[in-house]
Amino acid sequence: MLKVDSIHTYYGNIRALDGISLEVREGEIITLIGANGAGKSTTLMSISGITKPRSGKILFEGKDITSLPPHEIVSLGICQVPEGRRIFPQLSVLENLDMGAYLRHDKEGIKADLDYVFELFPILSNRRHQSGGTLSGGEQQMLAISRAIMAKPRLLLLDEPSLGLAPLIVRQIFSIIERINAEHGTTIFLVEQNANMALKLAHRGYVLQNGVIVQTDTSEALLADNKIKEAYLGL
Amino acid sequence: MSRHILDIKDFSMVFGGLRAVDHVSMHIREGEIAALIGPNGAGKTTLFNCVTGVYMPTKGNISVSSAEGTVVKTNGMKPNKITELGLARTFQNIRLFSTMTALENVMIGRHSRLKANIFGAIFRDRKTQAEEEQVITDSLAILRNLGLEKYANETASSLPYGAQRLLEIARAMACEPQLLLLDEPAAGMNPLETRELERTINRIRDEQGITILLIEHDMSLVMSLSERIYVLDYGKLIAEGKPEEVKNNAAVIKAYLGE
Amino acid sequence: MNKKYIRSSILSALWLILLTFPIMVIKINTTAATVRWRWGNLIYVGVGGFLFTLVWNFFLDRRNRGGFKAAGGERAESAANRMGGALGSLLGRILRGKTDAASAEKVSLKAIFAHKPVRFSSLGGLVLLAALFPFLVSFYQVGIVTSALMFVILGLGLNIVIGYGGLLHLGYAAFYAVGAYNYGLLYLHWGWPFWAALPLGAVSGVLFGLLIGIPVLRLRGDYLAIVTLAFGEIMRLLLENLTNLTKGPEGIAQIPRPGFFVELSLQNSARYLYFIAILMVVLTIFVIRRLEDSRIGRALEAMREDEIAAQAMGIDITRTKLITFALGALWAGFAGVVLAGKTTYINPGSFTLMESVMILVAVVLGGTGSIPGVCLGALLVTLIPEYFRALSDYRMLVFGAALVIMSIFRPQGIIPRIRKRYSVGEQL
Repeated sequence: MLKVDSIHTYYGNIRALDGISLEVREGEIITLIGANGAGKSTTLMSISGITKPRSGKILFEGKDITSLPPHEIVSLGICQVPEGRRIFPQLSVLENLDMGAYLRHDKEGIKADLDYVFELFPILSNRRHQSGGTLSGGEQQMLAISRAIMAKPRLLLLDEPSLGLAPLIVRQIFSIIERINAEHGTTIFLVEQNANMALKLAHRGYVLQNGVIVQTDTSEALLADNKIKEAYLGL
Repeated sequence: MSRHILDIKDFSMVFGGLRAVDHVSMHIREGEIAALIGPNGAGKTTLFNCVTGVYMPTKGNISVSSAEGTVVKTNGMKPNKITELGLARTFQNIRLFSTMTALENVMIGRHSRLKANIFGAIFRDRKTQAEEEQVITDSLAILRNLGLEKYANETASSLPYGAQRLLEIARAMACEPQLLLLDEPAAGMNPLETRELERTINRIRDEQGITILLIEHDMSLVMSLSERIYVLDYGKLIAEGKPEEVKNNAAVIKAYLGE
Repeated sequence: MNKKYIRSSILSALWLILLTFPIMVIKINTTAATVRWRWGNLIYVGVGGFLFTLVWNFFLDRRNRGGFKAAGGERAESAANRMGGALGSLLGRILRGKTDAASAEKVSLKAIFAHKPVRFSSLGGLVLLAALFPFLVSFYQVGIVTSALMFVILGLGLNIVIGYGGLLHLGYAAFYAVGAYNYGLLYLHWGWPFWAALPLGAVSGVLFGLLIGIPVLRLRGDYLAIVTLAFGEIMRLLLENLTNLTKGPEGIAQIPRPGFFVELSLQNSARYLYFIAILMVVLTIFVIRRLEDSRIGRALEAMREDEIAAQAMGIDITRTKLITFALGALWAGFAGVVLAGKTTYINPGSFTLMESVMILVAVVLGGTGSIPGVCLGALLVTLIPEYFRALSDYRMLVFGAALVIMSIFRPQGIIPRIRKRYSVGEQL
């Protein structure tokens, strides 16, 4: 479904990604793990078109999206939930969700998805008229994920959904991610510091180190790998 | 019994109609590592902000005692005055002086321990000059202590994420605090970096005798690091005690830990 | 050059043609009541617009790809070093008599200035040039350069507020007026001489700095800009309307030039003022450099970066903000007294919003926070319109375009601030 072919991405003169290649198949959950500064977020930003790679190719269902502007990439069905949530704090929950459906015109579909989102996160339904900035951290993360779902993505990019959240909420959010994948068939690309939880959720994982992919395998295999345990799981 | 560095008595904070912190009493003993945990929006950061003077508490008493034993009520004190009493903090969303170098960040942390005024700065008398040299030496020592010396001349925003978190701690330590308040120091760190952080925090307490209060969601860190834990939920204190007690407390499991 | 460039350039050209059609093509002769259609201009506008957009897009694209984007001081430094490379190879040969170009190539600009004889001789040359300058050119030229130097002082003063304190101040000319009227009024009512008024100019600058500082303590960003802008205008209106005190729009005339024991000829007086200005620039730079590198300077910058974190580090924001305004206003007060002594005539019209904006342009263009940058910016802003008279009608257009180009391609200014580096090595 998504094929990233040896992309190099730079910030100014600093090389963040040094020839990354990876593949995401339809319907799976894959995760990218690695230390801070390894280039995990940059990989997501390159896919969603926010930071353009200087060389290499990104193909989505065979179509070259490397140099497309972000909004066109969204319209193709790739939607990112950025790190740190980035909801619109002054807008109400409902307005935030509306912004997610900005590129859509099917009124009924939007309505159905809105109901689905409220079913996933009943708390958001209770707070639909509250402004986004007054929500707690966990609720904001739920809103950010819901906003992305409203764009009806086929590929959902999640950047550190557990950041700064209480354990109970993290567990809740991870189980919802699993549900979205199972019920909606949405393909999920997850970037997480919490490698333990991410690998338990995902089907496959890639390990990123200093802008290079150093290992890839099924999650079970990675979880059992001693080197991974030592370097990323802190066991 | 050891001295209570920080004493919070029947403290409430109300925003508009929302009771963010509701009749909370707690204290921090000299030399301990304590943790404050609870769901998002439970009022942990609000409590930090009131203790450090960013907000004025609606009700209750917050007092800080000095090494000499004098107790000062800090309600409504300006943040810089509270820092002078020996409370220093880090921020949940990193708030470094981002265009300045790592060393300059730490040097600013020394501010309240220095005396130079405008005239001293312009005429650069012997005292100011000596002070200025001392600042650089001291700040470098702090950076070195946390393993950040290689970034001394780098602008803060160009540092890797983990180093930025550490630099916040370095900057707070430059204030020579007796109590260090850490707001989610491990947020965004991977398990390996978190282990490293745990060692660092332990070292700060053991070597420099700085008391520590931290807010954190990483339970493995909280449980292995802290000696006492306070749990907040919807602004109310629902539990306090040793890690073992808190871990098995039914109310805490229901509100926060899950399962 | 791909198709997308061409297409967007054609579209821009068409849009420009449409936009400028009424002024570029149609010309109405009102006396003869006829309309002339200048179709030729259409082609010029179209071709010009097309080429401009093409070049513009090309550079924008290169910037986005990070081709030459200067990402802060480091890049600028390396650029300067590269420039210095050529110079270095030349100087290296002269200094050491080396013919080995390869080794000389490595000499960077920084290294050249670290070389003591070079530093002293270049500094000596500069001093000599500055000292001899007023005797080499006409006193008219001396006057122009004196004005430019005063602008340098103003730029450096505003730079304290904007560059270090991070407070956007749009009424800075008001402090300039305070200084000028300080001398004007002291002379008018009590016959004070220049030298007595000069220190008082600084004092009143500081007082007015505090006066504006207190009400804006809680403001930041746009709100601060609006209030300071209003302050500037209020100041001007007060000067215009307090006719009993200030003689209103008519202004104060025949203010004496600074005396030097004896009455000076016009020519010598101009030279004298030039030297006063030079000395004041040196003093300003000296003081600001020392402040920058001190506890106070660091507090100012910490406040600019993050007020909440600065407070948590023990910095008193109220105090620091007042210090920022007072220190900034001090220099304008000084410069104002010199202005009154130089022009011998002051009126409220010299201290409009335009003046504040020009000082701001000098700071931003030169490099916010950078002392050499602001000096260069101030000189450019004052000298270019003087020496390119043909351009002076388009002054605002040129500065406007320069600001747009700078903010896109080099937002940190012509000579960006380079942060001080401390030697870490020896201490380890």
